[in-house]
Amino acid sequence: METPTKLPPSSPSSPTTGFSVPSAEKVDGFPRRSMRRARQRRSHSSSQFRYQSSQVELTPLPLLKDAPVAELHDLFCKKLQQCCVLFDFLDCVADLKGKEIKRAALNELVESVATSRGVLIEPLYPEAIKMISVNIFRTLPPSENPEFDPEEDEPALEASWPHLQLVYEFFLRFLESPDFQPSLAKRYVDQKFVLQLLELFDSEDPREREYLKTILHRVYGKLLGLRAYIRKQINNIFLRFIYETERFNGVAELLEILGSIINGFALPLKSEHKQFLVRVLIPLHTAKSLSIFHAQLAYCVVQFMEKDATVTEHIIRGLLRYWPKTCTQKEVMFLGEIEEILDVIEPSQFIRVQEPLFKQIAACISSPHFQVAERALYFWNNEYILSLIEENCQVILPLVFGTLYRVSKEHWNQTIISLIYNVLKTFMEMNSKLFDDLTASYKVEKQKELKKERERVELWRNLEDLRERRLQSLTEASRNQKNLQERENTAKSQSDTSAANTT
Amino acid sequence: MAGAEGDDSLYPIAVLIDELRNEDVQLRLNSIKKLSTIALALGVERTRTELLPFLTDTIYDEDEVLLALAEQLGSFTVLVGGPEFVHCLLPPLESLATVEETVVRDKAVDSLRKISQEHSPVDLEVHFVPLVKRLASGDWFTSRTSACGLFSVCYPRVSSTVKAEIRQHFRTLCSDDTPMVRRAAASKLGEFAKVLELDYVKSDIIPLFTALASDEQDSVRLLAVEAGVSIATLLPQEDLEALVMPTLRQAAEDKSWRVRYMVADKFSELQKAVGPEITKNDLVPAFQNLLKDCEAEVRAAAANKVKVFCENLPEDSRETIIMTHILPCVKELVSDTNQHVKSALASVIMGLSTILGKDNTVEHLLPLFLAQLKDECPEVRLNIISNLDCVNEVIGIRQLSQSLLPAIVELAEDAKWRVRLAIIEYMPLLAGQLGVEFFDEKLNSLCMAWLIDHVYAIREAATCNLMKLVEKFGAEWAQNTIVPKVLGMANDSNYLHRMTTLFCINALSEACGQEITTKHMLPVVLKMSTDQVANVRFNVAKSLQKIGPVLESSALQAEVKPVLEKLSTDQDMDVKYFALEAISVLALA
Repeated sequence: METPTKLPPSSPSSPTTGFSVPSAEKVDGFPRRSMRRARQRRSHSSSQFRYQSSQVELTPLPLLKDAPVAELHDLFCKKLQQCCVLFDFLDCVADLKGKEIKRAALNELVESVATSRGVLIEPLYPEAIKMISVNIFRTLPPSENPEFDPEEDEPALEASWPHLQLVYEFFLRFLESPDFQPSLAKRYVDQKFVLQLLELFDSEDPREREYLKTILHRVYGKLLGLRAYIRKQINNIFLRFIYETERFNGVAELLEILGSIINGFALPLKSEHKQFLVRVLIPLHTAKSLSIFHAQLAYCVVQFMEKDATVTEHIIRGLLRYWPKTCTQKEVMFLGEIEEILDVIEPSQFIRVQEPLFKQIAACISSPHFQVAERALYFWNNEYILSLIEENCQVILPLVFGTLYRVSKEHWNQTIISLIYNVLKTFMEMNSKLFDDLTASYKVEKQKELKKERERVELWRNLEDLRERRLQSLTEASRNQKNLQERENTAKSQSDTSAANTT
Repeated sequence: MAGAEGDDSLYPIAVLIDELRNEDVQLRLNSIKKLSTIALALGVERTRTELLPFLTDTIYDEDEVLLALAEQLGSFTVLVGGPEFVHCLLPPLESLATVEETVVRDKAVDSLRKISQEHSPVDLEVHFVPLVKRLASGDWFTSRTSACGLFSVCYPRVSSTVKAEIRQHFRTLCSDDTPMVRRAAASKLGEFAKVLELDYVKSDIIPLFTALASDEQDSVRLLAVEAGVSIATLLPQEDLEALVMPTLRQAAEDKSWRVRYMVADKFSELQKAVGPEITKNDLVPAFQNLLKDCEAEVRAAAANKVKVFCENLPEDSRETIIMTHILPCVKELVSDTNQHVKSALASVIMGLSTILGKDNTVEHLLPLFLAQLKDECPEVRLNIISNLDCVNEVIGIRQLSQSLLPAIVELAEDAKWRVRLAIIEYMPLLAGQLGVEFFDEKLNSLCMAWLIDHVYAIREAATCNLMKLVEKFGAEWAQNTIVPKVLGMANDSNYLHRMTTLFCINALSEACGQEITTKHMLPVVLKMSTDQVANVRFNVAKSLQKIGPVLESSALQAEVKPVLEKLSTDQDMDVKYFALEAISVLALA
């Protein structure tokens, strides 16, 4: 049985948004896109109100804390129903009285569920879930900015947050209440409910996603029957994100939940879980917006390795397959993740991947982008990685030597050159004999490579020639055939005419 | 021929396979892209027996390589020996159709669709259909997604038993567990319906369409809209109401804006498919709702369709419907809060004037045009101005010209150079419609002002604009109005402006003809050869090269040659270079 561990403490009531844009003080002389766009904030009604007919007037109900015990549940129920009325927050002066009544009622409901025992009785479950559904489930509006870039642009904040926050808070308290009974809740919090909840993770508002994260995690923890379904739907969301739309705002939050779910996986890993790693988590690395959720993704990947070391090879080969070709920023992230993986890799697994891995590392070292080269060279500052390299020096040194030697002479950046000297020195101390041999044979190897390259060019030239000749003989053949046919045809028509003449 | 055969031994398959396996991705990619060369070198038989099995079994590679492979195999039929052997290509394409990356998979499906046509009916049933079935019942969603695109290509050419199986497989995929597969099925539903017999369209396709159009995921529902349009074209008019309209009505009212957007986006196709009666009764109110939708995206999509929708209304009631139902919505959109909605409308609204005729245009549309010409968003104004020709045909542009002028002037001086650039591009068109007098009076000064804009792209466009104006109004007009002003700039203190004179001369000489060029322009150019700025001097050389062919040959020898010769000894090396180039091009050496 899986036991989800607690999420890292981040109180949803004071959500620490992941939206502190670190690059806010860019001094590149270009006005930030978000600043330019801030002025053209739109104002129009939300899809939520399409079907709500004429607005109901709310009248304040008595306070819950003053109600006699016998009437408490009834009053609680009435307040829940009252909170099903929706208000237009884009028009900030509309129906202020009604908004205030609903806010107060929600506050009371939150407090009541959080503090008093015995409130949550069976008949309240459908009412509570209905109130929650009516308020939170909605088609998210189109993004104001079609090229919304979560790293650059300010997110569109949900206008009805003053109410929405309290509804989420209520939902969370409801789930966390000691009186909460999963066996009753599962009738109302069903697959359809969860699916809609997951769709909300696409909200641009980080505050909403923060709540959703905590709530989904509680649902996953308490309603065991929904676990497989939740995992499957998250898979679908990710696959759609990777292969169809490349847009989904809640990837980081979902990964954060998954991080703790993976932590609770039982051993040996089920094939479903391995498939999730190989077919979903690893391909997630290809996303354009990787930087937004890379930390959470790398955490999930490392969790898998710590659970079961045999997945290591899948992971590393997967990352190598998706290695960024043109985006150096992503390349640095990949290198960071590789270091995290190497930090916990088992030596026996390391041996299985060292060859392709160090070929890639060598390619990174020769990157003209100094941050990529630098990040790769930092591996040699890591004690554990260094010990792995030392144990396998016979294999690794020949893989990287040529690159190190060449780059140490050619790189434009002084820091890189000095880092490379240190690495070369380390290798020299590790195995001076091998080092000397490689130094001595460097020129010969270069010559061999050049020769091979010349042979390749030669091969292709001959192939092209051969192709030309084949094509020529083919066209000739078809021409001959055509001629032959024509001759036959004329002969035939001649004989036809002669036949016709004779009759 | 014998020699070519002998060469084969030179290329054992292993050598070629080494190339396809090269460690460097780029080299591998290059080899795959030349796969046809390899196949030709091997000959058809070895391609079938050695190369294809290798490709099927051992290629596990980067998506880019796989993409190239999937594409190549689509045109490989000749290389394996023609249609008789085309089924040899199926195994590698089958595994490519199951990979994760959508681009690769789609390309594999494209290639499969292509080569399906080269299968004989027998081969189709023996080789191709089983592949489709395997894909349709694959474990992972990717293969089932690919299968969706292959049903329609084999259905028309197989026996009725196999047809029934194919329909069954398609039904299953439409209710697949994963939304990715349902999306793929929904997007191919219309295409599949087209190849089915009408009875099966009614009995099979309609229930699938209804189910997909009420899927729990809006991404599936919105794809059903497009299918609905295709299905509607297939059904006889009397069945439409019962079989598709309830579902389409529901889509136009869907709670997700994405679905409503799709309806708006496909509205013209829908209108054509359902015919005039349903258009009048159903589509008109639906269109009104879409024009008033609460989401700007939906309104903008609907606004884009206003003209086409009105154009295709049944003639007998067209004007009434537009005047009573559509125009009121259009009026509201003119003052919409969202600029995308307004600019979408502005790009089509002028087209209504041809439909409504002169009187209605003057009374109802003109105020809207004028309002949009004053819109705060430049894009809206530009869209109006760029469609002036429609109105011109109906009421003549004079009606607009008074309001037009301030709008044009404002755009001409807009702070964004791209806006200025856009308006310049419409100048020749406007000039043609407004006539030479109006132009001289109101717009000429603008055109000259652009010549000294601080953005090069604007000065360049302004130069080109002058040339088009001269083509329109003739050489005499040029000599009287533009040429003096252009030549006057040759004495400007700013060297950039002096260069603009040269660029204008380059552009105008041909349109102005030999006389003006020789008499008026040439002296100015020659005089500028002593400019202190080297950039001006080498542009003189370039200009002389350009206008040389237009000049009288006597002037070329007597005036141009000495100047170029002098420039060819200039101390600046660029000036020298261009002077020498001009001398050689004009053959003055």
